[in-house]
Amino acid sequence: MIAHKDDGPVYHIDYETILSIVEPGSKVLDLGCGNGELLHRLISEKKVHGRGVEIDERNILTCISKGLSVFQGNIDEGLAEYQDNSYDYVILNQTLQVTHKPDFVIREMLRVGAKIIVSFPNFAYWRIRAQLFFKGTMPKTRTLPFEWYDTPNIRLLSIKDFREFCKNHSLKILYEYEINEYNRSPLIRPLVTFFPNMFATEGVFVITDKHK
Amino acid sequence: MTDKLYKAPDSVGIVKTQYYTFAEPPDEILLDCGKKLGPITVAYETYGTLSPKKDNAILLLHALSGDAHAAGYHSANDKHPGWWDTMVGPEKAFDTSKYFVICSNFLGGCKGTTGPNCIDTSTGKEYGVTFPMVTIADMVKVQKKLLDYLGIDSLLSIAGGSMGGMQALQWVIDYPDMVRSAMVIASTSRLSPQAIAFDEVARNAIVNDPNWKNGEYYGNSVPHHGLAIARMIGHITYLSDESMHQKFGRRLQSKDTYCYDFNSEFAVESYLHYQGDKFVDRFDANSYLYLTKAMDYFDLSSKFGSLNKAFEHIKSKMLVISFSSDWLFPPYQSKEIVKALMNNDKDVSYMEIFSSYGHDAFLLETDHLTQLVKSFLNHLIEV
Repeated sequence: MIAHKDDGPVYHIDYETILSIVEPGSKVLDLGCGNGELLHRLISEKKVHGRGVEIDERNILTCISKGLSVFQGNIDEGLAEYQDNSYDYVILNQTLQVTHKPDFVIREMLRVGAKIIVSFPNFAYWRIRAQLFFKGTMPKTRTLPFEWYDTPNIRLLSIKDFREFCKNHSLKILYEYEINEYNRSPLIRPLVTFFPNMFATEGVFVITDKHK
Repeated sequence: MTDKLYKAPDSVGIVKTQYYTFAEPPDEILLDCGKKLGPITVAYETYGTLSPKKDNAILLLHALSGDAHAAGYHSANDKHPGWWDTMVGPEKAFDTSKYFVICSNFLGGCKGTTGPNCIDTSTGKEYGVTFPMVTIADMVKVQKKLLDYLGIDSLLSIAGGSMGGMQALQWVIDYPDMVRSAMVIASTSRLSPQAIAFDEVARNAIVNDPNWKNGEYYGNSVPHHGLAIARMIGHITYLSDESMHQKFGRRLQSKDTYCYDFNSEFAVESYLHYQGDKFVDRFDANSYLYLTKAMDYFDLSSKFGSLNKAFEHIKSKMLVISFSSDWLFPPYQSKEIVKALMNNDKDVSYMEIFSSYGHDAFLLETDHLTQLVKSFLNHLIEV
């Protein structure tokens, strides 16, 4: 999860969503598992059989000190070490936007997992649009905090873009959750529900392969 | 200050190698090759204290030229600590204030454990080439006997680099209920043909030394040149192109200009000669033949049908570590191990440490390894 600069404890609303999706006891592979926080919660709260893949050495050390099983790998190179249909869920949480070949990564995830969970920051969120529109500079938010020249987030997309992607790649969207991380006022929820592409800060998709 | 090295707070201090003898005839142990061997003496050292519950024991497994002396000093004047002293001691990776650490010289070695340079009690002469061929599994069997003798029936962890990693893999396969966790560092489940090729050249250097005399050189001149060349070849495979550039470049050892003769001039030549000569004083040529052969024969895939099958019954939590510039046991070989473990749904973590040191990195990348080992062990203790 290199999309975030902040290493401190943050309340991850997307974690809650993913925790609510995954059935207890499932076999879960978390790609780009970062410091292992989500994986650790999945294991302790949902008793999943969980494994992680991570590229960053420091993050791997943190995972190992939590007792997690983590494989150092670059998910852009695929999941050659993993067998077909060997997991119930393959998760790509807040990592899609840093991959070089998102379509290849998603295909690999669908090869390995029965279902995949993909979450990403929605670049069509109104504040982002407003920053670009009014300030005329590349938008920065809590989930996308970097400068244009040092951002690892090279695949910026909107919820609408991702739905389109699924349609064009014969992927079946099983569930779709739109999240607004600021969720402070009760007014926001209906806005997020009815106009997710404008008011959701993040999208969480549960997908399967139509041909499976 | 040099005479006070053993007094450093993170040193295990002065240690003594101990010996255990078993398998006296008629109770010899049966080796993989079908022959029986006994009596067998094992040289070993221990550091730290075994907990009353006997749940803090860690077995270290040394590589080709290692020995039982993993840490500390043998005397107050000893300038050279054990081979993994950077990793073993109070507050170090293998923290001897918490763990009871054991290391023994493997079967076929020449550092106190029975090997070809020992006396065959049936003839009263050194074994030489009449010593039976030993395998990695035979070495592990002997280590198990030592632990039985020490009263240890459960290991918190085992750790080994290179050939030590092969023993670690053999351990988790042969004694799944005894080993809670294992660290396999810069190792492989089988040697590549390239690595076997280097071993064969090394063995050839030894057996073609006129002093070798079919292994019966004890008491006479040893095959000095052969063993030194074998070690030189070994050292080339332990380094990397990059580390040689960094360490030597094209520097000349003592002159500024070429001599235009065949004496060794380049720094890299001097280094290899130095390593070769130094090795002859501390290692037995026959032992080198047997040990490299044991490595060449080690092949878990062929022994069990496949690597997946080999790992089927493993219960240990595994940590596999490779080094980016290691071309002797390259990272892809570690990944093969990890893949087979993952195919079996085993508990395994994998890390490739970025390093320019080549295969030698497992003895040199102390900071990285310390962090990894500490993280891995701490969690085991907490559980």
